[in-house]
Amino acid sequence: MKLLWLQAAGCGGCTQSLLGAEARSGVLAQLAAGGIEFLAHPGLSEASGNETIELLQAAADARLPIDLLCVEGALLRGPNGSGRFQVLAGRPLIDWVAQLAGHARHVLAIGTCSAYGGIVCGGDNVGEACGLQFDGDQEGGLLGADFRARSGLPVINVAGCPTHPGWIVDTLLLLAADALHAGDLDAWQRPRFYTEQLVHHGCPRNEFYEFKASAQKLSDLGCLMENMGCKGTQANADCNVRLWHGVGSCLRGGFACISCTEPSFEEPGHPFMETPKIAGIPTGLPVDMPKAWFVALAALSKSATPTRVRENSRSDHPLIAPGMRKNGKK
Amino acid sequence: MTRLTIGPFNRVEGDLEVHLNVADGRVASAEVCSPLYRGFEHLMLTRHPLDALVVVPRICGICSVAQSAAAAAALAAASGLAAPENGRLASNLILACENLADHLTHFYLYFMPDFARPAYRRRAWHAATEQRFKASSGDALREFLPARAELLRILGYLAGKWPHSLALQPGGTTRAATATEKIRLLALLRDFRGFLSSVVFADSLENVGALRRPEELAAWAKDRAGDLARFLRIADDLELARLGRASDNFLSYGAYPQAPGAAARRPDGIRNSDSSAAPHLFARGVCWRGTQQAFDEEQISEDVAHAWLLGDTAQHPAHGETRPLLGELTDKPTAYTWCKAPRYAGQVVETGALARQMVAGQPLIRALVATTGGSVLARVVARLLEVALLVPVMENWVQALTPGEPFCQQWRRPDQASGSGLVEAARGALGHWLRIERGRIVAYQIIAPTTWNFSPRDAQQVPGALEQALVGLPVEPGESAPLSVQHVVRSFDPCMVCTVH
Repeated sequence: MKLLWLQAAGCGGCTQSLLGAEARSGVLAQLAAGGIEFLAHPGLSEASGNETIELLQAAADARLPIDLLCVEGALLRGPNGSGRFQVLAGRPLIDWVAQLAGHARHVLAIGTCSAYGGIVCGGDNVGEACGLQFDGDQEGGLLGADFRARSGLPVINVAGCPTHPGWIVDTLLLLAADALHAGDLDAWQRPRFYTEQLVHHGCPRNEFYEFKASAQKLSDLGCLMENMGCKGTQANADCNVRLWHGVGSCLRGGFACISCTEPSFEEPGHPFMETPKIAGIPTGLPVDMPKAWFVALAALSKSATPTRVRENSRSDHPLIAPGMRKNGKK
Repeated sequence: MTRLTIGPFNRVEGDLEVHLNVADGRVASAEVCSPLYRGFEHLMLTRHPLDALVVVPRICGICSVAQSAAAAAALAAASGLAAPENGRLASNLILACENLADHLTHFYLYFMPDFARPAYRRRAWHAATEQRFKASSGDALREFLPARAELLRILGYLAGKWPHSLALQPGGTTRAATATEKIRLLALLRDFRGFLSSVVFADSLENVGALRRPEELAAWAKDRAGDLARFLRIADDLELARLGRASDNFLSYGAYPQAPGAAARRPDGIRNSDSSAAPHLFARGVCWRGTQQAFDEEQISEDVAHAWLLGDTAQHPAHGETRPLLGELTDKPTAYTWCKAPRYAGQVVETGALARQMVAGQPLIRALVATTGGSVLARVVARLLEVALLVPVMENWVQALTPGEPFCQQWRRPDQASGSGLVEAARGALGHWLRIERGRIVAYQIIAPTTWNFSPRDAQQVPGALEQALVGLPVEPGESAPLSVQHVVRSFDPCMVCTVH
């Protein structure tokens, strides 16, 4: 499958993330072996200047067939709808993207920026940024809600800020094997294989969560939900099961999940690293959990917190080790 | 006089166009254009100060940690907070890890593929170079990319993930390493050292770090396997030491803060001549027409005479602003980029690994520049030399981590404060200036390394560093993207998404 990659108004971080994929001979060899051929990528291609423009023009005119159009970065419509904040070869990038998307077999938004607009949509959005098929949580975006690629699929949103290398590789290899269909996307058009999980799943702080033994300050081992702004119990992603670089995740790194796979994560309505509360109860409750149950369970579990769990939650290293079963050793 | 435009410029980070005026087969003048504006400084206004730590890494996916480090330093300065020793060591390790990855990503993915192009097919080294460094498919990538992924595992442990971590905080880092993790970090560094000494250098890091004179480097490269030696032989053939000289004024904010009162000698035996209060592993200062001077933050200014930005006079970044032109670009005929023109004491300076090692007094780099000035060769050698110097120091930093001792101090939000954070990204001097009023950010200005290097002309019509470095380069008839120009542009390892943020 022939892949064309464009960088719109992003940071290039999703490409950097992709290059960090753990593969024996590197991710480029892995994708090549999977039948994916890079026609052009701004960070990888030999060609520059006219050679690149000729290739893009051929694709835009449908003289060069494209199987996979990957767009990284938000689409800038500003200022005043002109697209002048990002120009490629004398033409607003949004025009290039719209024309290329019309011919591609599959269109992929790589990262939250090209999916929903992402970080540059924050504040009063001076750049008039949006995603390919969403403007924040509103359908539409650059291509419109009715857009379908030649395959019949809408834009596939490989959201994340950055997106995990495995999410891109799995999506591309699934498409190359003709094994990703409309029913495999969730309501935000993200591949369900990574969004039908919560960041909470596999979090090593789960025992602290169970007892509401909460971190009081940065670097504490306790649960980050009650005070530190963590949205892991609400965010759709498999970060703590799949892990980053084989060992990490935001929560394992000691800081909050900011739900970066979600539309409009950039404007949570509260400081990112503080949990908004009403009457001491976090306003963002775990998904699928009725509030009354959460409040009742929290009160009960706080009253039953073992000393070990409470003490360790307020330290950056374990102070008390778990006890050992005495009946095991005779 | 003919005019050439090279853009989009691939294998640099972000969007770049270069306009050349060519006369008599040479570049007569150049204009460098950053064609993307996103408005990050504006985005920061009215936010909670710590929200900057979420926003700024997302300026750039390849300098993500450096942006976090600058914001954390500015927030720390605004509140007078100092990180505990573990926090300092872990922050240094996190930034060093990004810088190592970036230096080698530049070498293998961005820079070397140009020598594999068909235009060089008549050169004796071409066939082997094509096999090894061909863009996106060369054999070297099969070794480099897995080694890079393994290196990033260090960030998995210390920073959760890369890019875009929140582990770097004004008071230190959020993740305390355990005693076992120290052992694993050392093992990862040993593996990476193995990759460097077998694949990149074909020699020990200590031997590479001990090279002091250009003749020693030439003798070292002769008949040696390893990718640095391969590059040096190509550079010799193409005379890359004579290509790409800019102003030869160098700026470094100083990299990797050391403990107060730390030994002034680095592992490579060089006496540290740092001009700042807290010493750095690689000193803070400016190399000014061949002499070393102390750095003075007050000497920095930015003007917008040739940018699609509004403003009249040059400003110190603490008082700066960023107001984009919202009308037609032709409304400001003198402008040709979104990039401001930063100047130090009114002069054009170059920043990056070359500048860092010049200011640090690294003998080989000083000697290379004394002979032929800042050049394509010197910039690439400085980067790889820095890799060789840094890994042994990182091993020491890991050894010095003390599990059980704190990694992070609590930051208290000031009602009213201002601060600057000056750090060294892989690509050079990165500065953040912020002001807090009523507990919220009311001003935020950033000058990134490539803002210095790829600056447009200033109000006095003096071209920026790259614009100077391109003048005089040969352009063959019919060449639309001269290779000499591409070598010079990429030798700076530009990061355009940082340049205009």
